[in-house]
Order: sequence, then C-alpha cells, then structure tokens
Amino acid sequence: MDNAGQSTIVQPMTKRYDIAIVGGGLNGPALALAVARAGLSSIVIDALPEPVRSGAEFDGRGYALALSSKRMLAALGLWGDLAEHAQAMHEIKVTDGRVGDSRVFLGLHFDSAEIEEGPMGFMLEDRFLRRRLLQAMSDADLIDHLSGQTVVAQDVTPEGATLTLANGDTIAARLIVGADGRSSGTAARAGIRRTGWDYGQTALVCAISHELPHNGVAHQFFMPPGPLAILPLPGNQSSIVWSERTATAQQINALPDDAYMDVLRPRFGDFLGKIELAGKRFTYPLNLTLANSFVGDRLALVGDAAHGMHPIAGQGLNAGLRDVAALAHVITHAQRRGEDFTLPQVLARYEQWRRFDTATLATATDLFNRLFSNDNPLLRLGRDIGMGLVNAVPSLRRGALREAAGITGDLPDLMRA
Amino acid sequence: MSTTTVDPAEIAKFEAMAAEWWDPNGKFKPLHMLNPCRLDYITTQIAGEYGRDLNTARPFEGLRLLDIGCGGGLLCEPMARLGATVIGVDAAERNIPVAKAHAAQSGLEIDYRFTTAEAMAAAGEQFDVVLNMEVVEHVADPLAYLTACQQLLKPGGLHLCSTINRNPKSFAMAIVGAEYVMRWLPKGTHEWHKFITPDELFDLIRNAGLDPVDRKGFVFNPVTWGWKISDRDLSVNYVTASIKP
Repeated sequence: MDNAGQSTIVQPMTKRYDIAIVGGGLNGPALALAVARAGLSSIVIDALPEPVRSGAEFDGRGYALALSSKRMLAALGLWGDLAEHAQAMHEIKVTDGRVGDSRVFLGLHFDSAEIEEGPMGFMLEDRFLRRRLLQAMSDADLIDHLSGQTVVAQDVTPEGATLTLANGDTIAARLIVGADGRSSGTAARAGIRRTGWDYGQTALVCAISHELPHNGVAHQFFMPPGPLAILPLPGNQSSIVWSERTATAQQINALPDDAYMDVLRPRFGDFLGKIELAGKRFTYPLNLTLANSFVGDRLALVGDAAHGMHPIAGQGLNAGLRDVAALAHVITHAQRRGEDFTLPQVLARYEQWRRFDTATLATATDLFNRLFSNDNPLLRLGRDIGMGLVNAVPSLRRGALREAAGITGDLPDLMRA
Repeated sequence: MSTTTVDPAEIAKFEAMAAEWWDPNGKFKPLHMLNPCRLDYITTQIAGEYGRDLNTARPFEGLRLLDIGCGGGLLCEPMARLGATVIGVDAAERNIPVAKAHAAQSGLEIDYRFTTAEAMAAAGEQFDVVLNMEVVEHVADPLAYLTACQQLLKPGGLHLCSTINRNPKSFAMAIVGAEYVMRWLPKGTHEWHKFITPDELFDLIRNAGLDPVDRKGFVFNPVTWGWKISDRDLSVNYVTASIKP
C-alpha cells in the first residue's frame, strides 16, 4: 500500500463499531468509556458542536452526584482529576416553609456522619465533568467522537444496525444506544412511544455567591410554589435550583439580574448572609417522560431518553449514570460468558433491572413534589409529622441517606465500593 | 462448510427450527433462563483450570472442547465465541443441521456431529474440556456413559456435569412445576427415578476414573425470576466439576 496516498478513488466509507451511541451529553460518553473497559469499540455521535461541550468558563450549572455516581466516575478513572473541583455534601437539611416566613422549621436533617460510606454526595460543576469526559474519550483508542452531527435514519436487521447521518455518512454497529435526551430521536425512530405529563412548573437555575460559608450543607426548602434547592459549590458559592409555576417562572426569568435576585432573596433567607448572582441563569421546564420500553431490536435507551424526570432531588444524572452502569454491566457479563450481547434476552436483563427502579423513583419524586408544592394546612401538618418521624427514627434516616447516596439495591459493578 | 449437496428448502426448514431453539420465549425458554448461570459456572471453571483471563477477547483460544447433547448450540456458540475449538455432538440427528444453520447465521465455526460420547471415545477423540450438561439423567447406564466422558479427556482435562437431584422437592419443581404447571418442558421429559443425588453422582464420577473437585447448586428465584449459583442449595439443579488425573 505504498501508493495509497496517491489513490483518487473515494469510496463511501462505512465504519463499523460494536456500539453506536447517539447523544454526546454525559451519559453517552460515560457509556463509551465503560464498555471500552471490556474491549468494545464505540462511536459517540453528538448533535451539538464541540465548542458548546468544551466551554471552560463558569456558568453556575452543577450536579449533585450521589455517592454511587462518584464511585462510578472513580471506576472509570475520572475522579482523580475531578476531586479537587468537587464539593462534598456532608449534610442535607430539608425544610418546610413559606416565602418570607421567618420561622424556619428544620423538619429533616441528614448527616453523612451517620453512615460509614462517607459523604452522601458531591457537587460538581457541569464544565469540569463535561471537559473531563471529552478528554477521556479522546484518550481512548476504542472510542470515536463525532460532534455537530445529526442522525437522520436508523436501520436494524438481524445482521446489524446502521445509522445514517445528515451529511450522508453511514455508521454500522452491533448495537445502538439512545442517550439523546427526553425527546430522543433514537427512541422515536425505533417506534418506541413515551408516556409523560407536564408539571406546569419550570426550574430556574443559577449560581450565587454568599457571604458566609455553607460548610458542605445542602438545603431543600419546600414552599407552596415549588421546591428550592441550595447545593454547595466549592468556596462561598452555591448552586440554586428553584421551581415555580411556569407563568411565574417566565416572568421572573424576564427580569434583569437585580430584580431577579430581589425575588430570590426572600425565598432564600439570610442564613448565608448577603447573596449575589454568580454566573448565568437557566430555565428548564419540568415534565416527566417515560419511554414505554427501554430496549428494542439491537437498541437500548439510557438517561432521559429512557426516563426524563423531575429534577427535584437531583436524581436525573444519577439515574442516568445508573442506567449506564447497569447496561455496561449486562453487556460486559454477557461478553465474558460468550453470549452475543445484542440478543433480546440479554438486553431484556438491562430493561428488567432499570425499569422497576426508574418507575419507582419517578413516581416517588412526583408524589413528593405534589405533596410539598402545596399550601393546604392539613397536608402541611401531615408532611411535617412525616418528616419529624423520619427524623426521629435513626434507622429510617440512615435508610433515606443510603437511598439518596444511591447505594441501595442491586448495584452494578461500576458502582460497588 | 460444504453446502453443495444440500437442498435450499431443507436449509430453510432447519433455519426455522433453529429460530425455535434460539427463541428466548419459545419452547426452550427454561434453558435460556438457566443459560447465563450455566455459562458463568462453565467459564469460571475453565478459566480457573487453564489459567485464562475472562476479561480478554478470546480467553479459550487453543482449548479443544466437546459439548455432549449440544441441541441447538446454546452452549457451543458462547464457547466458540470465547475462542475454544468446539465439537458439538447430539444423539438426536435432527438437531445437527439446526445447530449448523444457526452457527452459520452467527458467523461461528463449530463442528457439529450426529454421534454419541461412547462412539467418540471409541474413535480415540481427546479434549481439554467435556461439557456434560443436563444429559446424565437421560442415559440408560450412567456409569458406562461417564466412563466414556472420562476416556474423552486428556490427562488433567476438565469434566463439567450438571443434572437434577432426586428428592420430593426436585420432583415437585422439575416434573410437576416445569412440565405440568408452567408447561416449560414437554410432559415426560424427565423420569424422576433416573434423577441422581450429588453423592451418587460423585461416586459414579469416581468410579468412572475422574476426581470430583467442585459442586454447586443452580437455584431458581421466583421473585427475580432468574437463576443463581449457590454454594449450599443443591436440592434441585446442580453442577459438578471433575478432573481426569
């Protein structure tokens, strides 16, 4: 092939992979890295252009990573570089309150000191996680990464699967994974329907800086318009996720920064001293969407493509990473025992594992939100008693803590200590 | 595979039968449900005996493996995928073209033969591993059969044998449950008096000239609807490992 460089014949190229992953957010790259450990090749196809993913400036977006998610990032060899940017969450305080109400009732208090596994979670800014995943993908020989490319067609036969991109290129793979979010084109093209409902609420997201240290304490205030979460970032900064009825949220979001902060301050209170906006503002409409099936012929869905849920407890990314870990576990174990991992009975193991967990979590989060986004005095009394009860019984409290840390149930290999 | 003399209509028929063997919800559903558990045991034992790393692509490269009672190839194909040189034999002639058709669809090279363990032994065939899964409870003379299995092994070779225990629980589970209640298996698949207890099987294996080294249970969990390997519960399905000295 000495003269290969002089050849002018251009053949339409179809590259072959074990797995084609549609979606370049967080779950897609995490899956590519997880299956590469088992020697499987993959391509990650991201509709967004590379600069959007690799942006390094502080924008205030962050994730509350459960302990299970942190363990997984460690198993994938990513945590070492991320640790210095992460803020451990040592305590979570859940409070039931009213806007501007000076009486702050500390209904529920979870302290990591109560479980031996360590901090129940970590706050990590989106930019660090995104960039670390990009770096790891480019370091991995078995992973190709396409940015700014859209899939327009997918075709599955008993022999394999083919994806067609908007630029006409085709990609052949043994398995397609849809990690392309709550309006997953991969699921739609496979004819997988979704059920879901809208909460009529929108989350307002921003980062603030505050005068006093947060000491690694996360807060969740339940207020009639919707919950407000205060999640500790490194230094005297916190990430705020705040839900309001959609019309109100739109009005608030239309305000200039000063007026926006004037709305936030009475909700936030003054327990961290003076607060200022530190970064961009974002809004996310809250709806729940569940794919009617998590798998199909040579197809699996992970993350929001399988289950878009209310981010009330910060469980969206954690649930997505749990999907990724479970799918990688099922594929890896099938591979080790010589099974063809694309067989329906193998993919069914993933669906069985994740569907029950997901439905339970989605329903619980939904009920929780309905219960707390309410000013009915009887309901308030009921939930205050309930919170007091959980608070008073250490085993219940430790159970809830481990649940929040994501270390209960049947854990995939990547999430075991 | 030479196919020049094979009638295409015959191939189509065998492919349809292969589809039946390989349908996870079809006639062989119980085998498909048990298969991951059986494969976990088999792969772990082979890897342990021959010092192979299951995290590599073709860990069983260079090992010659015989699967007795290969059926549609539910064990042969995974073993071939892991790199073993696989010979599958079945005493039911119709299974052979079916297994061949499926292996071709899977792109795997497997030597399927219509013959018996006894005939293979008489021909002087030698293997590193003999898989003897869910067969011994169907044979007329277990000792003669296990002796043939022993003769098929190279010295130091590994013999894996699974079967069903004989007690009231196994009668309830394997015959009343699987054959009559769940209709998983055709009625008359098993004759309870032919079932063998683990101690009896160990004695037979010793008398056949093999050293028993391990035994485990395969336990069905009706809550998770799946099978697990158990160190202690050998009350219904169980598996043994033995070595040719």
